[in-house]
Amino acid sequence: MPYLGDEHTVRELRRALSNPNVQADHLRYRNTIHRVIRLMSQGQDVSGLYSEMVKACATVDIVQKKLVYVFLCSYASLNPELSLLVINTLRKDCSDHNPMVRSLALRNMCNLRLPGLSQYVQQPLTVGLKDKAACVRRVAVLGWAKIHTLQPNTEIDVAVVNELYGLLRDPDPVVMVNCLRALEEILQEEGGVAINKPIAHHLLNRLKLCDVWGQSEVLAVLQRYRPRGEDELFDILSLLDPALLSHHAPVMAATLRLFLSLCSTLPAVCMSALERARGPLLAAAGSTSRELRYAALCHIQLLLRSEPGLMGEHYKRFFCGYAEPPYIKQNKMQVLVELVNDDNVAMVLDELRGYCTDVNTETSQTAINAIGSIGRSYTDRCLAILTGLLGLKQEHITSAVLQTLRDLVWVCPQCGDAVCSALEGWEDNLQDSQGRGALLWLLGVYGDRVTGAPYLLEDCIDGVRSEVSAEVKTELLTATLRLFLSRPAETQDMMGRLLVYCIEEEVDMCVRDQALLYYRLLHCGIEEVRQVLQGGRRSDPSLGPLIGRPPEPISQWASSFNTLEPLTLGASTVGNSDHATPKPSTLTPNTLTSNAEAMTPTPGDPHLPDCSSGALSLSVSPALTPEEFERLWLQLEKGVCVACPVPRCSPEGLQVALQLVNIQTLAFTPPNTHPWRVYLYTHTSHISTKTPHTLILPEHTHTHTALAHTHTHTHTHTHTHTHTHTHTHTHTHTHTHTA
Amino acid sequence: MISQVFILSSKGDHLIYKDFRGEAGKDAVNKFYEMVTALTGGQPPVVMKHKELHFVHIRQGGLYWVATTKADASPFTIIEFLNRLTALVKDYCGCLLEKSVQMNFALIYELLDEVVDFGYIQTTSTDILKNFIQTEAVSSKPFSLFDLSNVGLFGADTQQNKVAPSAAATRPIVSSQGEQGSKNEIFVDVIERMSVVIGANGVLMKADIEGEIRVKCYMPSCSEMRIGLNEEFSIGKSQLSGYGAAVRVDECSFHQAVRLDEFDTYRILKVCPSQGEQTVMQYQLCDDLPTAPPFRLFPSIERDSGGRLLMYLKLRCDLPPKSAAINVSITIPVPKGSLRLSQELSSPDQSAELQPKNKAVHWEIPRFPGGAQLSALFKLEVSGLSAASLQEVGPVSLSFELPKYTCTGLQIRFLRLSPIQPGPSQRWVRYVTHSDSYTIRI
Repeated sequence: MPYLGDEHTVRELRRALSNPNVQADHLRYRNTIHRVIRLMSQGQDVSGLYSEMVKACATVDIVQKKLVYVFLCSYASLNPELSLLVINTLRKDCSDHNPMVRSLALRNMCNLRLPGLSQYVQQPLTVGLKDKAACVRRVAVLGWAKIHTLQPNTEIDVAVVNELYGLLRDPDPVVMVNCLRALEEILQEEGGVAINKPIAHHLLNRLKLCDVWGQSEVLAVLQRYRPRGEDELFDILSLLDPALLSHHAPVMAATLRLFLSLCSTLPAVCMSALERARGPLLAAAGSTSRELRYAALCHIQLLLRSEPGLMGEHYKRFFCGYAEPPYIKQNKMQVLVELVNDDNVAMVLDELRGYCTDVNTETSQTAINAIGSIGRSYTDRCLAILTGLLGLKQEHITSAVLQTLRDLVWVCPQCGDAVCSALEGWEDNLQDSQGRGALLWLLGVYGDRVTGAPYLLEDCIDGVRSEVSAEVKTELLTATLRLFLSRPAETQDMMGRLLVYCIEEEVDMCVRDQALLYYRLLHCGIEEVRQVLQGGRRSDPSLGPLIGRPPEPISQWASSFNTLEPLTLGASTVGNSDHATPKPSTLTPNTLTSNAEAMTPTPGDPHLPDCSSGALSLSVSPALTPEEFERLWLQLEKGVCVACPVPRCSPEGLQVALQLVNIQTLAFTPPNTHPWRVYLYTHTSHISTKTPHTLILPEHTHTHTALAHTHTHTHTHTHTHTHTHTHTHTHTHTHTHTA
Repeated sequence: MISQVFILSSKGDHLIYKDFRGEAGKDAVNKFYEMVTALTGGQPPVVMKHKELHFVHIRQGGLYWVATTKADASPFTIIEFLNRLTALVKDYCGCLLEKSVQMNFALIYELLDEVVDFGYIQTTSTDILKNFIQTEAVSSKPFSLFDLSNVGLFGADTQQNKVAPSAAATRPIVSSQGEQGSKNEIFVDVIERMSVVIGANGVLMKADIEGEIRVKCYMPSCSEMRIGLNEEFSIGKSQLSGYGAAVRVDECSFHQAVRLDEFDTYRILKVCPSQGEQTVMQYQLCDDLPTAPPFRLFPSIERDSGGRLLMYLKLRCDLPPKSAAINVSITIPVPKGSLRLSQELSSPDQSAELQPKNKAVHWEIPRFPGGAQLSALFKLEVSGLSAASLQEVGPVSLSFELPKYTCTGLQIRFLRLSPIQPGPSQRWVRYVTHSDSYTIRI
């Protein structure tokens, strides 16, 4: 029981190590050391044996030496004083006649990681750089990098750097690559090793001598080199071309990355490089190592973002293997969705259908989602499969299908009929809250066409007390209200009950607020309700580009190619596959504001400064006289024009809503004038400058078009952009509060 | 660059831990195990991140092989490095088991020390490493009476059959010097993995073969070896296959040490194999098998009057009569509510069982000769059986092994070592086809 007799074992080992009889018998000595290292790698603390091990270091037995070094390097930082004793032995070994002993000593001396080490090490390292054995030079070159990382703030020795640059021409390829690595570390602050034309060409010519690891390293460093002209560029490319077809995935990936960075201005060359590398990538995606398969699949997904047709004819390579782990299956299905075309859609759907009933629930959900995504272009076939799956009456499948149908209907309203007939005669009771939410949404939207909708909702309303998910409750409220619009007689009573419960007894504030909102909305009259609830119900054709996204330029992802990013990215999307699908906004406020949100600049928008960092804040009650306002207003030049759709609401309501976000209204025209105008201002306290600015949002021209668009001319003397942003935000808030 | 490398057993025991750069603490090991065990089945576990530290790991031999890195390293490089490390450990320790790693930890530390320095991969070639590795492997073979039959009396070789013992290729490449039993052996394996999808109507929808020629060399110093392939071997779609037994592949790539000067005319690969295992050639063939796929399934599935699910499966093996498939295992997904299975199998050596957890029926056939046809009748009691439940049956997947058989027809004509090795040397050529994935839709 090693874990119990911890101290006892250490004591016993110490006795054995210091026993002269054991020391005399080198086999017994070695075995005892073996036991120490074994305990160490099992995670036990054997640092107490340090001084005994220091003694064991002085031996001619190389195996024993190596073992002791493993121990010493692990515990050196705990015993800096004792470690200095070892250095003497190590320095002696550094001048041994056996190169293996020399390299071993030099390597481990640098590995001790002691702060005061460099004064002892520098001399052997300098000698080591000139050693006649390559294995010693390899170690010495990296030794300088180790010393540098140990004391990163010390001044860089120019002589050493020059020596290392000189060793780039060493006959041993590993020494050359190690020099690159060491220089990269030592010159990190200057941006790494300088790659000029002679060095670049030297490296390129020596590339073939390196092993695969060295090649990928050199290729990575070469990314910093910028060829002088097209001639040189194409010379380099043709030299590298065979490496694109390398069956060593690391070399192929590094070469492709280098191609993409060298040819960032030549998209046609990049495309042909991608095509060249397709074969090796596909081979890696079918490799025996599943981890390599996964890495290749993640990178293929990157490629497909720019060139969706790249793998089209090879879609069969992405059919799932029977014994593949779920994460690879899911990845392959995501790739398959991208590859669908008229010729292969039948085959792909056939393949995906097989996984809808997979034992692994996540795999089956991914398969169902994938069919849903294909359904955006091949609606009928996919609907047939999806509605067929509902017949299985299995909890997780039904839930996934409902969510998929909801998403599909949102994008393709024409499949409403098929969905309605699938919902006809529904009697399942779903446990999964996301599935239930989707069902309620569908019932709300298609309540007029599904006969049993009121009964299904009534069941839910009766059970609302035991409902735990707030999301389902808000969904239930919206669905009930929508159904009330289409079938008032059947719904009125239960809607009353639901509203009473949610307002009086519900503890979740969001649900309660939602219920209050609807309650007040109902007071405003049925027309108002209809407008709010059904206004944004159908999808907007302008959403199209968001769904069928256009090919991205290669530069979007080139920098993350052959890094860990695509692999971790896959982890997050697959892990949260439920959240990855674009969800239609189901809550009323969202529905109302969805258009306005589309107008709101995203933080990444290049035309606008990032305001999400909180750099802009508005003061609560700025003082501004009408005269001052007029003066500023007249100073304004032509500003930015933003068009925002706004639902009609009372000017007073708008004023109150704007005040909530610290935007003051100076004046507005009477409600029924066309165009309706409002004069707004606010006061910023800009955090970065600490100087307050008055922002004028002078003229809201509210024209009465069918869409009720507001054309806003925003003018300001400072921060025009920031200002616009504030403005749009205002709208977002307005909508939430109007009702 | 690699920060740390560690090996954990599936239960989380620390087997090997080596810190190359001192950037991350030793608690990373426990953190990794926590993260990897907290994963649900569906998440891709290959790359994980904790604070600034990335964990990249592979699973081999039931062990976790983990590399950590702080820099944004190439995933291909790290994964391939870990794969190569497992191959090296396998070469040096004989096999990849928790026990052999545990027993040879000193050797593995030594390997790691030579292979990686300061987080940078130095070399993984056995030719270079053999000069540095001093520790001898400890073989973990349990003592067994059966092994005695292989031991020659007084050193005489009693065993003269032409089949290499199956354990022959699972011993460490470096055996103790001076030991009598050390043999100069070289194994050349042609391994093909087939992935096949057969549609519900019996049409072959996909048939891919990925093959490789793998050389495992136990000779301490091997001179040039010439591997002769079939003369009518052709690469690419353009070349028309004539009459007779032409062997065709779509793509083909070679190890960089292979010299191909005689390949174009005589189809001879010249290679100086280094000790240990290496893949000298890889090839692929898509969608155009020279022969029929090895298995065809004729299913009939229906509900009987008693509310049971009847599956009558006829399975035919289309291999040539002198070949046979072994370890055939057929998985038939069945409806979720399946409770009991009654079976009628056509021969007593077969077996079948219902696995409710995987909702599947497993049908095992130890040996299935070419040209034969086997059948099975499964009666399943399913709770809540409906017409829709039949959708849940299938696709059927098969896993099997085809010894002494290659689907592409690739053969090794000869294997010559030049100059001829002094002393006794043995050369073995083995062929095997595995099912990577063999799916038949219903």
